[in-house]
Amino acid sequence: MDATQITVNGKVRPCEGISPHLRLLDWLRAEGLTGAKEGCAEGECGACAVLVARPDGDGRTRWTSVNACLPPALAFDGQEVVTAEGLGSAAGPRTAEDLHPVQREMADRGGSQCGYCTPGFVCSMAAEYYRPERDATGSGERVETGTAVVGEEHASDHESGPNGFDLSSLSGNLCRCTGYRPIRDAAYALGAPAEDDPVLRRQDRPAPAARPTRAAAGGSRFIRPDSMEELLGLLEQNPDAQVLAGATDAGVEVNLRHSRPQMVLAVDRLDPLRVLTLGTDRMEIGTALTLSEVERGLAGRVPLLDQLFPQFASRLIRNSATLGGNLATGSPIGDTAPALLALDASVVLASAGGEREVPLAEYFTGYRQSVRRPGELLRAVHLPLPLAETTAFYKIAKRRFDDISSVAVAFALRLEDGVIASARIGMNGVAAMPLRALRTEDALTGRPWTEETAADAAAVMETEGTPIDDLRATARYRSAMLGQSVLRFYAQTTAAPALEVTR
Amino acid sequence: MKSLADRPVNPVVGVPVAHESAALHVTGTALYTDDLPIRNSDVLHAWPVQAPHAHARVTQLRTAPALSVPGVVRVLTGADVPGINDAGTKHDEPLFPSEVMYYGHAVCWVLAENPEAARLGAEAVEVDYEPLPSIVTLAEAIEKKSFQGDQPTVARGDAGSALASAAHRFSGEVEIGGQEHFYLETHASFVYVDESGQVFVHSSTQHPTETQEIVAHVLGLTSSQVTVQCLRMGGAFGGKEMQPHGFAAVAALGATLTGRPVRLRLNRTQDITLTGKRHPFAATWEAGFDDSGRLVALRATLTSDGGWSLDLSQPVLARALCHIDNAYWIPNIEVLGRIAKTNKTSQTAFRGFGGPQGMFVIEEVMGRCAPLLGLEPSELRRRNFYIPGQSTPYGQPVRHAERLHAVWEQLLGNADVERRRTEIAEFNATHRHTRRALGITPVKFGISFNLTAFNQAGALVHVYKDGSVLINHGGTEMGQGLHTKMRQVAATALGVPLACIRLAPTRTDKVPNTSATAASSGADLNGAAIRNACDQIRDRLAEVAARKLNIHPDDVRFDDGTVTGIGFSDDGIPFAELVNDAYFQRVSLWAAGYYRTSGLHWDASRMQGEPFKYFTYAAAVSEVEVDGFTGAYRLVRTDIVHDVGDSLSPLIDVGQIEGGFVQGAGWLTLEDLRWDISEGQRRGRLDTQSASTYKLPSFSEMPEDFRVHLFERATESGVIYGSKAVGEPPLMLALSVREALRQAAAAFGPEGRSVELASPATPEAVYWALDRARTAAREAAKPAGMHAPVPSPVRAQ
Repeated sequence: MDATQITVNGKVRPCEGISPHLRLLDWLRAEGLTGAKEGCAEGECGACAVLVARPDGDGRTRWTSVNACLPPALAFDGQEVVTAEGLGSAAGPRTAEDLHPVQREMADRGGSQCGYCTPGFVCSMAAEYYRPERDATGSGERVETGTAVVGEEHASDHESGPNGFDLSSLSGNLCRCTGYRPIRDAAYALGAPAEDDPVLRRQDRPAPAARPTRAAAGGSRFIRPDSMEELLGLLEQNPDAQVLAGATDAGVEVNLRHSRPQMVLAVDRLDPLRVLTLGTDRMEIGTALTLSEVERGLAGRVPLLDQLFPQFASRLIRNSATLGGNLATGSPIGDTAPALLALDASVVLASAGGEREVPLAEYFTGYRQSVRRPGELLRAVHLPLPLAETTAFYKIAKRRFDDISSVAVAFALRLEDGVIASARIGMNGVAAMPLRALRTEDALTGRPWTEETAADAAAVMETEGTPIDDLRATARYRSAMLGQSVLRFYAQTTAAPALEVTR
Repeated sequence: MKSLADRPVNPVVGVPVAHESAALHVTGTALYTDDLPIRNSDVLHAWPVQAPHAHARVTQLRTAPALSVPGVVRVLTGADVPGINDAGTKHDEPLFPSEVMYYGHAVCWVLAENPEAARLGAEAVEVDYEPLPSIVTLAEAIEKKSFQGDQPTVARGDAGSALASAAHRFSGEVEIGGQEHFYLETHASFVYVDESGQVFVHSSTQHPTETQEIVAHVLGLTSSQVTVQCLRMGGAFGGKEMQPHGFAAVAALGATLTGRPVRLRLNRTQDITLTGKRHPFAATWEAGFDDSGRLVALRATLTSDGGWSLDLSQPVLARALCHIDNAYWIPNIEVLGRIAKTNKTSQTAFRGFGGPQGMFVIEEVMGRCAPLLGLEPSELRRRNFYIPGQSTPYGQPVRHAERLHAVWEQLLGNADVERRRTEIAEFNATHRHTRRALGITPVKFGISFNLTAFNQAGALVHVYKDGSVLINHGGTEMGQGLHTKMRQVAATALGVPLACIRLAPTRTDKVPNTSATAASSGADLNGAAIRNACDQIRDRLAEVAARKLNIHPDDVRFDDGTVTGIGFSDDGIPFAELVNDAYFQRVSLWAAGYYRTSGLHWDASRMQGEPFKYFTYAAAVSEVEVDGFTGAYRLVRTDIVHDVGDSLSPLIDVGQIEGGFVQGAGWLTLEDLRWDISEGQRRGRLDTQSASTYKLPSFSEMPEDFRVHLFERATESGVIYGSKAVGEPPLMLALSVREALRQAAAAFGPEGRSVELASPATPEAVYWALDRARTAAREAAKPAGMHAPVPSPVRAQ
């Protein structure tokens, strides 16, 4: 087997003998690349952001921004990483300044004050700078603040630059000094990359293939299985193994709660877990696709999920996090569950003994508990087609970018001649596990979709679940938000074309 | 030359330049304290043992089990301290406590070969605790009369009788939340004993001199044996004024006991649970107004939550009492301040330093009383502005009060307030579920340390024979751009290009006995000290040039690296050549500069005097849009006019204003510290001890449209190149956001109703405010006789 190694800023660096729990960030810093910083150790602040070369279909690569504080370094065996130091250099005693366009704009426009978050911002911004879909030559016109939409008015324009820059690409980066305006200005001043920009050109070639890594140190093993058979076999023999995809949750366990599993099984590059197929009566979505990949792959085919994605954590997290991880963790405030419940999704559980399909509504059994058995793995999510046409996803949180739900509610109605033929409502944050609002669904089904029906259903919805007081919200607010979500859904679905940007 | 405020022709100050470390920042090559250990070998890592009790006595401490953990080298306890076991200056902060005073208090520290071993070692230390009764809320402290420090009163006139005879009299109470600094760089120290035997301390500290003094007293050394260097900080905001000392002392103790370099870097959880925050306050107030809406009297009690030790709580309280007037003339006033002692982290300095809490109270009074007086809130505010000739309640004349009015007028014009009010009224009339509103608030902030002695600074300026310049000063760089401004000051004072000036990191062996870089005073104090050093050198060089040009030294000009005489403008001498000539004439080319702010005095016992060199003025208009379904809101637009005097560095100043504003908005709307106040096992534990539970503003909270104007032609006499301080004042402009939210919530209800809004004004808090307003509107719409009273703690009396 090849020695473990990671290519950083074009230079191959061996990483033999390191612990399976040594994070990419700490490994980089120990290598002398101290640009990436630890700000929070849980993927919230982005001071640790770096770029990774990830596959992008058709033999191409996509520079993808990720938090280095969460995944183990060994997950990058054989991969290519670029840090802020690799994009450009400051003037030294014997070297001239050679800043990357992103660095140039950040420096000149006052985008850094204390500078601690800056290398991470630079990497997130560079990923968006190189995003193939970004049209830097677009209209060049800023839409004026306050887009007129029936019912409500919202300005989403300030989150999209005239150069096609999507501000939410920076939603996982926190700055405590600038107040963000100069960083936004820097982002919106970026042109298109030069044709001969070597970082850009790297995207024309395939990303490094995943390697079947085998490593052990300090009593822990890191294995990247070569096949599903090997993975399921290992999982059968080691039911306590940590299955690792994006490490956005497992990394927090390692960092903050000091979990040190003896076996880590990296599954994020296994092809059978990365399918995205559109059939006539259902879609199948692989559990190890990142949420960013799912978002791009679906390309707007599931409007409810399109409302969910921008509200799910941050771009940095969505570039690593997976549907499988979010459902396997089984958090009562996981954000994909309400949407998938409303869409009547089911999950495919695979083990060495075979596969079984379970409706998501029957998957969760309690606080972070599910019907998933030891040795079983979430392989795919199935969405039945056709989709309900009237849908909405509402997330209630203190902060719009990158926060955890106090409550989230997803609605999916089928209307026939103004009458509700069926209603599915998923919700989180109001019980020990994600739930369907069955009594509210009953209160809606068969009735005309009118203000009176909405008011009656809202009264029922307020009594769903068993919410508690905690640091995010009071139980009273959570209940109120359940009821208000029905009224809001009604106001939006009946005031066409309702395109409200939610928070 | 001339006065401190005068600028020469072609000054380098006033030019917008990028942060002096910008290129290092963006390339990841700017070094911070914790980037240094990996550049050294044989480093030990420190990890604290944190107590799981809000208040307890340590009855047993068994360190032996830790020593059997592979990699653990030593456990530091109180028994190891050769000097004074105290992390502060008031001797109420034992570095290694025998009595746990708050949940998470560090009782000892483990040193190991790597962080993992240190952590496992800390888990292995066995500590026996005897739990003691604890006080974790302000209400408990007030009820049990648990106070610390002095209880000062600021008073003028006769508040009692003025209230009694006021035409309109209102009262209320309000709780003001604390705030976690959340500098992106957590506390970090790296200490070794160097080749000359001195204890060399790298520390992320705003106050290197005090860090040096505390390291020295813990180690039982003299200050001359300890050197503290601060390269730069990844943010500080007051959180590294008093708090770094103990961590530096632990690392220094470890380094001297083991002979190895010791790295102590707090992870985020440790930083949030170990270090102090902005003080929460509770306030009760009574205000009297005349028929025209003029404040005639204010009586208030401000109680701050100081946490377990005094720290900076007394000066913070003093500044709160000195800013409760904000921009308003209050003829009769009586404000009592007191500091609760609670089993929490020791609350400390945070940008604004009590000023924000003081101003919060008077803006709360204005915002709540305006509807009851039938006045638009901004009109009520304007009517009460100071006018020239008036003095503050503590006896300081409000110099340049006319600027307050000019700033306000300019702001209303810039922000097009009149037209937007009409638009907002139309919007609100046509939208059932959404309301918009404008909030407009002023700031008057006193500049200087309240404690007069701190208003001094030193600098060291070297000119080398090749004409290059190295400057050093007592201020620290935390992102505020101080070093950038100081290079501009030196370049201006010596008349050389900016590129000639190199600035070396802050070190106590270069400039001694410095004050904290705090109170917004860094540029005022250190800039004047650098100017003083540069003037000495320049005067000497002028004599050399004068001899060469055969003119009087007063007629020598220094500009952009060339030295000329009046009437000899064609015949310039390159600065480097003149410097070289001076060397051969044995003229000293370096100087120590010094500055003390003149004209200050403060009697802390009477709370009277003139503690401030001047006042900074500013005002902001913020527009919000509130969603009636959730209470969620957007900050649509903010306009600011800010008096920074004649700006030393406009790009830096605008950055301070915008950043301060957003940080203030975070405090007032989003950042929510939650402590476990139950009687359970976790009583006193901070529940919001991570970035996932304590949310800072992100891009989604910035003003979508943000327009900052520096007030023009604003030369401040007696201050370095006519500038003014800018670090803290803009934070309080965020009160405009809170007041806008209050008005937007009010717009869901009937007119003339006072709106109570909890702080921080999270979406939930705003929701309840607007829900009460909506309920009041429904009640008002019912037929007569069916009205239910709407509860509100503001009572007309």
